Amino acid sequence: MSDVAAVAPVLDVDHVSVSFGGRTILDQVSFAVHRGEFTGLIGANGTGKTTLLRSILGLQRLDGGEIRVEGESLSRHNHPLGYVPQKVLLDPDIPMRARDFVALGLDADRFGFSRRTPAQRARVEEILRDVDAERFADSRVGSLSGGEQQRVLIAHALVSEPALLLLDEPLANLDPKSVQEIVALLHRVASEHHVAVLLSAHEMNALLPVMDRIVYITNGRAASGTTDEVVRSEVLSALYGHHVDVLKLHGRVLVVAEPGQDDAEIPEHPTLTVN
Amino acid sequence: MFSSFMINAWLIGSIVAIVAGVVGFFVVMRGSAFAAHAIPNGAFAGAAGANLLGINPLVGLGVFSLAAALGIAKLSRRGRADAVTALALVMMLALGAAFLSQSTEYEPAIFSLLFGEILGVSTGQLWPVIALGVVCVVAVSVLYRPLLLTSIAPEVAAAKGLRPERLDVIFLVILACATTMTVPVVGALLIFTLMIGPPAAARCFSDRALVAMSLSVIIALLTIWGALACSYTTNWPVGFYVGSYSAASFVIGRLFLAWRRTHGSRRSRASAGAPERVLIGA
Amino acid sequence: MNYLFEPGFFSSSPVHIAVVVGAVSALVSGIVGVFTVMRGQSFAGHALTDVATTGGSGAFFFNFSPLVGFLGAGVLGASAMDLVGVERLRGRDIATGIVLGFATGLAALFLYLDATKNATTGVSQQILFGSIFTLDPTTIPLVVVMSVITLGVLTLIYRPLLLSSISPDLAAARGIRVRVVGVLFMLTLAVAVGLSSIAIGSVLSTALLIGPAATALRVTRNLRAALVVASVLGVVATWLGIVLAYDSFYWFPSSQGLPVSFFIVALIFLGYLLSGLPALRRRTSSPVAAEPTREPVGAAA
Repeated sequence: MSDVAAVAPVLDVDHVSVSFGGRTILDQVSFAVHRGEFTGLIGANGTGKTTLLRSILGLQRLDGGEIRVEGESLSRHNHPLGYVPQKVLLDPDIPMRARDFVALGLDADRFGFSRRTPAQRARVEEILRDVDAERFADSRVGSLSGGEQQRVLIAHALVSEPALLLLDEPLANLDPKSVQEIVALLHRVASEHHVAVLLSAHEMNALLPVMDRIVYITNGRAASGTTDEVVRSEVLSALYGHHVDVLKLHGRVLVVAEPGQDDAEIPEHPTLTVN
Repeated sequence: MFSSFMINAWLIGSIVAIVAGVVGFFVVMRGSAFAAHAIPNGAFAGAAGANLLGINPLVGLGVFSLAAALGIAKLSRRGRADAVTALALVMMLALGAAFLSQSTEYEPAIFSLLFGEILGVSTGQLWPVIALGVVCVVAVSVLYRPLLLTSIAPEVAAAKGLRPERLDVIFLVILACATTMTVPVVGALLIFTLMIGPPAAARCFSDRALVAMSLSVIIALLTIWGALACSYTTNWPVGFYVGSYSAASFVIGRLFLAWRRTHGSRRSRASAGAPERVLIGA
Repeated sequence: MNYLFEPGFFSSSPVHIAVVVGAVSALVSGIVGVFTVMRGQSFAGHALTDVATTGGSGAFFFNFSPLVGFLGAGVLGASAMDLVGVERLRGRDIATGIVLGFATGLAALFLYLDATKNATTGVSQQILFGSIFTLDPTTIPLVVVMSVITLGVLTLIYRPLLLSSISPDLAAARGIRVRVVGVLFMLTLAVAVGLSSIAIGSVLSTALLIGPAATALRVTRNLRAALVVASVLGVVATWLGIVLAYDSFYWFPSSQGLPVSFFIVALIFLGYLLSGLPALRRRTSSPVAAEPTREPVGAAA
């Protein structure tokens, strides 16, 4: 837990609303994330997590509110953000080593071919070490397992020293041991690299030991704060619109709806792109 | 074979190969197989139309290639195929046939436009073709890094501020330019092979993008040179050799890759400590 | 009536042949095409047309009739594709593209050799873009026989084909031999491609196979209706194309006429575009087609 209350937030989501397809996807969502903090965006599928992340990335138009990154409102040209998307599975025939893919994170937006300075190459080495990807750095990105590719993507995002690292459901397809490893890695990244980490997940238990803040989202509405502040029956019931119980058992949390109500009533919405 | 008569053929052939190797590298990387089929079909119609109107074939090739490219950009992402695009593709060919039917050299024109001709580019068109080739190669070189990232991981690229959709369109235009200058030599039905065979083979020999792209050019050059030499000697169509040598290089590449994957030294994953992770539902 | 049909149309014997062969080809192609589109096998259909090009060119060179070449190559190609399981291959676009490129190069060779060896003219035109007005009358029996057999097979396997197209697992659970049905269908596809190649040329044959079918499926959801619509569209386009092509001899001073295949393809294309008109589109209750978030090109196609 870091003492960052006095410092300006890296990411300031200010009463953001988004609707499309005639539905309200996000409704006055507000929260802030600071450097060095590990924040979990927790919500079931279809609650608006991806839309929120896309809004932060500047890929989704807002219908209300504002998003500020490092104090400045979003523009496509100013991107101190690192992003690890969900489910990227690369073709093993792509002729690129993991090391080179990470290096591409330094300068993919520049013209021409790369001339990498020794300092840049050292930086790539350092990042590869940090995410524990050295052992397969010289293999083709596409030939790596899903978990290994994810580390490479994280390294790629980190190499340009972003202020904020966004991850879209990074834990979704991992086995429990890998989940632990990635969570530990991301926690390390947040504190050692002084980066704000925001990741989305539909299950909070794996993150409880390391989460500094939680943004709990359902039905497009969100509550944010520490886990103790947010994961309480009163707060979540207000969010859901009906009574839910929060059970804590052996350090794990279970959110349970009253019999007769269930989460299935919260309608799914298809993910639409707006271009 | 090296008479002044043929010098042009060697020169143009080499430029064609370089362009095909460079642009084809990204065609394969981006999976734009469909676009690489559709644009040459448009080129065929354009060349046939130019033939009919008696104007410079390059103009016809260029205009229709560009139209096809922009049409694809509008209708589909990255040139994926569906009914309307497949029909449009065939319509272009039918249109070309219709144009050619009104000219006097129906048969030979069909053959050379579809299957290529060593001397497909006349001396008068030497400079425009070279210019187009330079434009293609320079454009790809300038956009090299953005193209790489948007081709491999478009979402990550978008988050970085790159514009994958814009680059898609730009690349299709580059592909249209490349098609314009390569179709006269290799033929509308066979340029696809030259644009994907050598790059697909090159990927098998190297794990590094720039090396692979260079190899792609080298393999394409060898293919064209071999095709020109054999075609000159036997009088058989250039396109036949291009198709055969492209296929051969692809097969050799895949065999090499298979061999490498079973015999080559890999970093020892087992000894690193953490065993393989099995993905659930990946 | 005279305005539409130029003099001599009804009495011309090439026209009679064209009308019969065209109708039969369009009928079979339309029906097979509906299943092809439904099963998502348009890629295989397209690949087979390239194989047919090689077959037709080769047949000419070895003095067989183009129809035999189209059919033979199609059947061989279909069997090979089924054996290899081409549709499920990752990177199939590249691998098949390379193979078909080689096949096309081979076609170029055959066409060249034929022009020089046999000193026949217009071979490329014939094989690639069709020659329905210059068909050898002796091909008609083969056309009819293959069509009848194909339609017969389709009738026989209609239910299993339908079920295995919609849900292979369900079909297998019901005891249907999905593999056998799949192979049989591929063979009917090969025949359809062969027939449409003889009508409008191998390079254009995809239009007759996919066009009416895709149009029909846009207009109706009912399979039987789609089969009827596709056949009717194909036959109408073919007949109208024949009429227009015949007439076009009289349009231009050069008196050369436009190719039949051009008209047929153009009409089919037009038909597809027209089916997009709101009045004709079937009511779809499904929501707005959602574009998936961009896939990296490396993801399995």
